[in-house]
This record gives sequence, structure tokens and C-alpha cells, in this order.
Amino acid sequence: MRIRLLDIAHARSGDKGDTANVGVIALEPRWYEVLDQFVTRKRVTDHFKGMIEGDVERYELPNLNALNFLLHGALDGGGTLSLKTDAQGKVYSTALLRMVIDVPDTDAKRLQLPAAK
Amino acid sequence: MRVAAGQGFWGDDLDAPRRQVEGGPIDYLMLDYLAEVTMSILQKQKERDPSLGYARDFVGAVESVLPAVLDRGVKVIANAGGVNPPACAAAVMTATEKSGAKGRLRIGVVTGDDLLSRLDDLISQGHALANMETGEPLSTVRDRVLSANAYIGSEPIVEALKGGANIVITGRSTDTALTMAPLRYEFEWAAKSWDQLAAGIVAGHIIECGAQCSGGNCLYDWRSIPDLANVGYPLVEVRADGSFVVTKHPNTGGRVSVPTITEQLVYEMGDPHSYITPDVVADFTSIRLAQDGENRVLVTGIKGKPPTDKLKVSVAYRAGFKAVGTLVYAWPDALEKAQLADRVLRERLDRLGLRFEHILSEFVGATATHGSLAGDQHAAPEVQLRFGVRGPDRAAVERFTREIAPLVLNGPPSVTGFAGGRPKVEEIVAYWPALIDKTVVKPRVDIIQ
Repeated sequence: MRIRLLDIAHARSGDKGDTANVGVIALEPRWYEVLDQFVTRKRVTDHFKGMIEGDVERYELPNLNALNFLLHGALDGGGTLSLKTDAQGKVYSTALLRMVIDVPDTDAKRLQLPAAK
Repeated sequence: MRVAAGQGFWGDDLDAPRRQVEGGPIDYLMLDYLAEVTMSILQKQKERDPSLGYARDFVGAVESVLPAVLDRGVKVIANAGGVNPPACAAAVMTATEKSGAKGRLRIGVVTGDDLLSRLDDLISQGHALANMETGEPLSTVRDRVLSANAYIGSEPIVEALKGGANIVITGRSTDTALTMAPLRYEFEWAAKSWDQLAAGIVAGHIIECGAQCSGGNCLYDWRSIPDLANVGYPLVEVRADGSFVVTKHPNTGGRVSVPTITEQLVYEMGDPHSYITPDVVADFTSIRLAQDGENRVLVTGIKGKPPTDKLKVSVAYRAGFKAVGTLVYAWPDALEKAQLADRVLRERLDRLGLRFEHILSEFVGATATHGSLAGDQHAAPEVQLRFGVRGPDRAAVERFTREIAPLVLNGPPSVTGFAGGRPKVEEIVAYWPALIDKTVVKPRVDIIQ
């Protein structure tokens, strides 16, 4: 079943120099396992292909039902050097939530995941 | 102990500090003014006038909370000193003398974070101050450095409180130390009680951005968050064991819930296992959150470990000039028109022989924030071309700013939104993060009254 990240998670992003971080948080604690399993480092790297220049790092925070992604080279130099509208990476959060993941139907049913419209 | 946050950055709501002392009982008011770029702005101000270089908003903030400080014993802790804490303290003294505060304020002034005058010595002693992102030694930009400050921890603030200060003004203290220090002082947490110190840091991280943890900028269920025009700034109620509740005053807007706190916890996060501060390394994967009544979130379980032997240094240096110009294109084919204008503009700059380190064009309303993820935007009703250049040559950037307006008559049609006039040329003061041995930095505390 195709699931929009927007329907199962919320997020906030920020900056450290030229790196943006996106914390993505499951809307329901039981949905954390879906984030953990399907929102992989590779998946996020592919998602932001062409938008960021560096690597992606992923960290898990099961205690907060959250993942934290570091997007290196995401801010056109960052800080005052950046010419970007989003120089501080404030809206990489919702950019990540545009992701659509494919979850096996049995899992989707068990976890009552909302299907993408 | 109740520590309330009243400013999340320099430029935050001027009325928030007063609301925080009047809205309910608090013991400490914490005001965070400094972001990465703030120190360089303050340094520029100090260059123009040696009596400046601090967050001037702070003087008004103290005046607005003075009755609480003098009559209720609320103490104020702020990194408003910027690159000139003594001048900040003097300005507070002068401004409050006429309000009956004469002789009743003891201001702790924390200095020693400012490394600017010591830079050449430090470099010659072998401290490369290499850029944490690029690895380049500071010597490559030494002649363009404007300010250099070490992020210092809670100890000098604790010392100032021990000295009887009811207001503590620091320069580049870490944001989190402003919250942790009064807790450490009140509960007499030992220097090695890592879990408690880490809890103080997490409390600081949650409230250091003001209302961003209490409903502001919250994506979770954002439509339902009440009364943001009267948003309640956060406060923490902390126990001696380090567990704490985040809440806000009654009759305020916003919301304190597990989702609002979680969003703030992940904000600007790096490796969650190691949130490094000068006092302690906090492990954000140990944090437990639980709703504890309406607008109350209980935070427990926090683990800490010893800090490293380095301090982070924030160096600001001149890095050339930039300007950003905009034009708005309307339906039909708004994106296509803006894209043509972009090509025309680039060719104009080429023909003029203007060279830049970097040119960035964005299409606001189409792809500026989410790029290609936004999908096909050719049906957009309007698109703003946002065109920026950056380079070392001020004259070239200046010349660029004259190339926007002619496009109104010379470029693609259906163009508007140029009433703001020519773009302004801005000197770039860039941020250079580095590390330095802790032993090199000697914080100093003075109490003035």
C-alpha cells in the first residue's frame, strides 16, 4: 500500500552551517516502526537528489518515535553566505514529508495506516 | 525551581519578558539573544561605536521586568552582552537608576569568551582553529576576521549567582547554559552529576527558542493550536533530581504537548546520542516525555556523560558581498516567463562582463523551497523570480542591482512587484565554526552594583 509520509508523521527542520537537519516524528507511536523500516538513509538520499550536495546521515530516536536526518550541503553554503530563500533549512521538514513509501498491505492493515489518496 | 524563557533570539517579541514575570510565579527569567550570525552584527556595531555591541533590546526588557526583580526576587539571566557585556551592564544600570533600582541591582558580568584580541597569539601557539566543516585553518581568512568567541558553559554564571547577582549578563555563553546554570546553582548539582546537568541542558534546549516549543511553528495539528497572538512562552518546573515539567502560564495561547515538545527537541539536532556542551554531553535518546495534564509535559530519564576537552568557537569573518533582486510574473505561463527572465538576466550579466562567485535563481511560488519535489508548476498563478549574486567585488554586485528594473520594460511580459526599488548590496559576514582547547579559555566574572 502506498503511504504518504505526511499522513503518518510530522517534522521540524533547522540548520547548522551548511547542513540541514530534519527530525521526522510518527503521528502515532505504533507508526514509528514504519518510519524506521521504510524511511532509510538511501531512500532519503534519493528523495533529495539534486537538492543537496553532500551525504545524508540518519539517527534513530525510538524514545521520541522519531528519526533525525542530517542533510549535508543542503543550504547553498548556509548562514549568511546562502542565497537561498530557505537559507536556514526551515522547510526541508515538509519537503521530506512529500515522500511516498510502499508498505506491505498486511503491515498497513495491522497498523491502520492511512492510504495515500 | 521555575525557569521561564522570555526571548528566543534577538528580535523576538519585546513584550514576552514582561508577560513571563507577570503571568505567574517564576524564579528565573532566561533571555537568549544570540544566534550564529548575531555576534558578527554586534561586532560591526561595536566597531562603529565602542559603547555598543550588545543586544540593546535587553535594556528595555530589564526595565519591563524591574518590579519583579526588585520586589519578588526574580533573577534574570541573558546572553545579551554579545561582544560587549560590560557596556550592556552599564546601559542597564543607567536605564534603571531612575526607576528606583539604584543600589538594588547586582549585575554579574561574564566575560572571557572573546578571543579576538588573542587570535594571533593562539594561532602562533599552534591552535589552527580549523573550520569544522571544511577543515581549512583560520589563517586563510585571518585578515578578514571580525569576531571570535568561545561558547562557554554554566560555571561562570553559577559563580555570578553565588556572588549575589540578580541579573547575569554573558557574552557567547551557550544558549542552554542560561537555563542550566541557575538549576545547578539552586540544587547545588556537583560538577560531575552528569544526568542532572544533562537534564538542565535538555530543559534549556526545549525553551531556548521561546514559543517554538509551546505551539509556535508547530506542524502537528497546527490548525487547532489556540490564540497564537497571545502565545504563552514556555517555562520549566524542575526538581532536584533533574526531572522537569514544561508548561506555560495560564490564560495564554499556544499549546504544550508531547508533539510540540518533540518537534522542538529535534530542532537543530545533530547526533542525538551526543549533544555536546561545555558542561556535559547529553544523550537525547534517553529522554522520556509524558503528558502531565493540560499544557504540561513531564520530561524524565535523561542521561549525561562527561564533556570533551574542547570548546566550540564561533568566528565571524568578512566574506564578500551579496544582493538579491525579485520580480513577480503573473498567469498565464508565469513560471515560463520567470524562467525566460532568468535567462535574459544571466546573459545581461555576461555581456556586462560581471563575474560572481555564485549566482542562484529561484522561482518562488513554484520550486524555491521544495525544488523538483514540488512537481509540475507550470499552472502556477504567479511566480516570483528571486535572483541572487555573491562575490568579492562590491562594484560588480552593485552593478547587478541596476539590472533588475530594466527587465520590466525589456523582458518577458506580465511582470510586476518591483516597487521596492533596487536590491540592496549587503556585506556578508560569514560564520566559521572551530574548536579550541578548553584550558585556553578563561571565563571571568565581575559583579557590579
